[in-house]
Amino acid sequence: MPNPPDILFKTLADPTRRAIFERLCLEGEQTVGALTARAGVSQPAVSKHLGVLKQAGLVLDRHEGRQTHYSARPGALAPLTDWTTRMASFWESRFDTLEDLLKRMDQ
Amino acid sequence: MNAIAAETRSVVIEREIAHPPEKIWRALTQPHLIEEWLMKNDFDPVVGHRFNLRGEWGGTLDCEVLAVEANRMLSYSWNFVHDDPAFNLESVVTFTLVPANGGTLLRMEQSGFRPDQKQASGGAAAGWRGFLAKLEQTLSHMG
Repeated sequence: MPNPPDILFKTLADPTRRAIFERLCLEGEQTVGALTARAGVSQPAVSKHLGVLKQAGLVLDRHEGRQTHYSARPGALAPLTDWTTRMASFWESRFDTLEDLLKRMDQ
Repeated sequence: MNAIAAETRSVVIEREIAHPPEKIWRALTQPHLIEEWLMKNDFDPVVGHRFNLRGEWGGTLDCEVLAVEANRMLSYSWNFVHDDPAFNLESVVTFTLVPANGGTLLRMEQSGFRPDQKQASGGAAAGWRGFLAKLEQTLSHMG
C-alpha cells in the first residue's frame, strides 16, 4: 500500500531530506558516506534522514558487506502525482457537503 | 486494448445516504442545489447540454450531459483544460442511485485520463526534476 499524501508531504517538507531524495532519484544508488560528503550535515544526521525516507517508502536500503546502499523509489510519489487519488478525496468531501445539504432540504 | 484504454483509470466513491433517490436526484440536477454542494454551474438535465462548473479556486470545467435517467443515473463529461498539460484532465462522471434500506446507495464513478499521463509516469529524470520543483513551490505555500 502506498503511503497517504500527508505522510509524503511531511517527509519531503525538510529541505535536506528532499535534497537527499532528489539526488538518489537523479544519480541512482549511493552509500551513506557518499551522500554525507555532499549533504552539508553529519553522517548520523544523513542516516536519520534516510531512516525517515525509508519509513515513508521513498527509499530502499541494500546491505553489502559493511556498507549500506540507498536507492530512491520514485513510484512511492504516485499518490501525489496521480489524479485519481486527488479526485477521490475531492469527491469524499463533496459527498459530505451533499449530505449536509440533504438534511436541510425539505422532502 | 488500445493506448487510450490502457491509460484510462477511474475513481469510485460509494455511500449509503439516508434520503430517498428522488431527493438526491434534485440535489444532483437543480443548478441552485448543485451549487451548494459541488460548484457554480449552468446545468440542465438534457442530453447534449453543454455547461460549465466553476470552482472556488477560479478554474472552470467544461462539461456535457451524456445520459439522464431520472432518479436513477446521470452522466456528464468533466474536462479540465490548463496551460500546463500536467493539470489537464479528460473524464466522465457517472452518478447512479439505487434504493437501499429505506435510503439510497449513491455511487460516483469518474473515469478518464490525463493526456500526458504516460509521460508523467515515465519517471525520466527531467520529469522528476520538474515534479520536485513543483512540490517545492507547493510546500513553500503551505504554512
